[in-house]
Amino acid sequence: MVRIVTKRSLRESVVLMEFEAPLIAEKAKAGQFVILRVGEGGERIPLTVSLADRSRGTVTVVFQTVGGTTMSLASKEAGDTIADLVGPLGNPTDVSGVKRAAVVGGGVGCAIALPVAKALRSAGAEVTVIAGFRSEGFVILEDELCGAADRLILTTDDGSRGVRGNVCQPLRELLAGGGYDAVYAIGPLVMMKAVAEATRPFGVKTIASMNPIMIDGTGMCGCCRVTVGGEMKFACVDGPDFDAHLIDFDEAILRNRQYLAFEARKREAHCNLLRQGEDHG
Amino acid sequence: MDNMTRKGHTMPERDPSERISDFSEVALGIDEERAVSEAKRCLACKGRPCTAGCPVGVAIPEFLALVAQRKFGEAYETIRAANSLPAVTGRVCPQERQCEARCVRGRAGEPVAIGMLERFVADRHARSASPVPEEGKPCIPEDGKPCVAVVGSGPAGLACAGDLAAMGYAVTVFEALHVAGGVLVYGIPSFRLPKEVVAREIEDLAARGVRFVTDAVVGKTVTVRELLETYSAVFLGTGAGLPNFMHIPGENACGVFSANEYLTRINLMKAYEEDAETPVYPARHVAVVGGGNVAMDAARCARRMGAEVTVIYRRSEEDLPARREEIRHAKEEGIAFLCLSNPVEILTDGTAVRGVRCAVMEQGEADASGRRAPVQTDRTFELGADCVIMALGTSPNPLVVRSTPGLTAKPRGELITDEGGMTAIEGVFAGGDAVTGSATVILAMGAGKSAASAIDGYLKEKYGVRAASQT
Repeated sequence: MVRIVTKRSLRESVVLMEFEAPLIAEKAKAGQFVILRVGEGGERIPLTVSLADRSRGTVTVVFQTVGGTTMSLASKEAGDTIADLVGPLGNPTDVSGVKRAAVVGGGVGCAIALPVAKALRSAGAEVTVIAGFRSEGFVILEDELCGAADRLILTTDDGSRGVRGNVCQPLRELLAGGGYDAVYAIGPLVMMKAVAEATRPFGVKTIASMNPIMIDGTGMCGCCRVTVGGEMKFACVDGPDFDAHLIDFDEAILRNRQYLAFEARKREAHCNLLRQGEDHG
Repeated sequence: MDNMTRKGHTMPERDPSERISDFSEVALGIDEERAVSEAKRCLACKGRPCTAGCPVGVAIPEFLALVAQRKFGEAYETIRAANSLPAVTGRVCPQERQCEARCVRGRAGEPVAIGMLERFVADRHARSASPVPEEGKPCIPEDGKPCVAVVGSGPAGLACAGDLAAMGYAVTVFEALHVAGGVLVYGIPSFRLPKEVVAREIEDLAARGVRFVTDAVVGKTVTVRELLETYSAVFLGTGAGLPNFMHIPGENACGVFSANEYLTRINLMKAYEEDAETPVYPARHVAVVGGGNVAMDAARCARRMGAEVTVIYRRSEEDLPARREEIRHAKEEGIAFLCLSNPVEILTDGTAVRGVRCAVMEQGEADASGRRAPVQTDRTFELGADCVIMALGTSPNPLVVRSTPGLTAKPRGELITDEGGMTAIEGVFAGGDAVTGSATVILAMGAGKSAASAIDGYLKEKYGVRAASQT
């Protein structure tokens, strides 16, 4: 059993949760993930660590409620427990030797971009964070991102905050200025694919943090396989970070939709349960 | 010995038409009368060929004699002295290639049904005695008594832990998943090995003083070097968990799975249950590639999920490496076999699987395994399928090697050890599939046992201590 220390709603359907996990907190580095189960009989889901606090002995994740498991996790409160939390899994993001980096986060991915930006800065890099959201109401962790970067560029699709449009235009402008030796993309697959295409002409090393479906997270199921440069890689043990210019994003997008119908059914079932609860309440 | 019938007793089984709609055990077990009568078929040969054929050296004639005398408790302890998991091996061992293959009765008639009797004795013990769980021993070296960390709770780890605990060592087993048992829980389906049986064996070990820590990925949550700061020796029984693929076109399409993934969803995550939270891919026609026990397990699971199932195997039917019983059960359950066929491409509709293109294989000269090598022809055919499961064997997991400087492994990941089972790091031992590549439950258990005695020797020599023997 693992205790929830803090729970905070960042906006509708996006939740920050801090767990008591001293062993994982001791080891976790930027880019690594944990796998959790909410209850007995529950599904195992991977979530990337947003913050590992050694002094508090805790790890924090930020997640969007998209299916049955994330919905039941979101229904837990501080002081409650979940069945399992295991990690840190995957390899840490490689920040060595980088002098000037752009960290591009999309939506909830910005919560994972945050530790990457911090790690880059503590390794001595100058960091620009480009954080893209759908509109003003979707912006999360703005202060934290601002504090972790030398410069923060906020974009929204509808222009209700920051630069209008997606993250690619400001990124191209940055890279055109020269001097960048790495770009880190963290967010939805379509966004990371767009970032890879945006940086390709500049020849700047671009790393994408993949988040495929997983079960064990230790190399056993092969569910998280990703084609990188024509080779089969397992995101859990070989990644989750890969060279974005070599990733077959189209395949990854198809693979992530494999259980969409099941997810929709579970979401529906969960909503019905909540509705019934309200009716009787 | 007074039963001279050539034909032995057979295991009662559930009807195929009934069993393909659930995941309950197929083999029902035998009653006391049949067990006693079967045990009496043993000739108690002086040469004990059966024991020589057992990878863990169970005193088979002795336990059979005790069964014949209805001393079932003593029979259990006799097996248990050499084998930490009798209820498991009684169900999953390939007896026809081990003990029973060497039984003298098999020369003229059927061999004594040793596996069936082992299961009978273990199940009877489980019904009569419930283990009294003691407090797991905390691993603090007390009075200079060394303690041992076992990494992985599969057959190798459990056998090693069981033997070390019996020698009086404080043993802690670390498991990466949320439940102990390794391949016994995530790989082997419940219709072949009920999960309660595995849980009972683990409770039994816990009652004998072994401590289990789940959700601990050694190499990630805690490193091998860190374990060595607390423990006097470490045993790596991390198995061969990394699934192999064919690297043919279409293999990453939706609907293509490793057998590990498919079986884990069903066995560990209970995806077959109506209200399961973990999904399993819905399929009408499943093609399973491979001919081993894992392929049979995947095929029979898919059948129980309601699919038509075809097993594709590149060698001839006689070469199928699975246990005879699994092949027979699969056939009874309506699973089709396409032998001398090898997939060359997974056909897709752009997104998901729609079939498999196979090459027709021919039998060539005998290869290193002694079997005739499959030779690919240029003739191909297509098989319609909306799901393909790759059961091509597994390689050792790279996670521990990558996170442990100093540990050495072969190119395919098998850990390198000396004759005594010690790795390149002093005090760190390894055994089972992690060292040999994928093999059987009983061979892994044999490796776990020898490692336990090697660890005992190492600790005695190094620390000059004799751990107090447990009763």
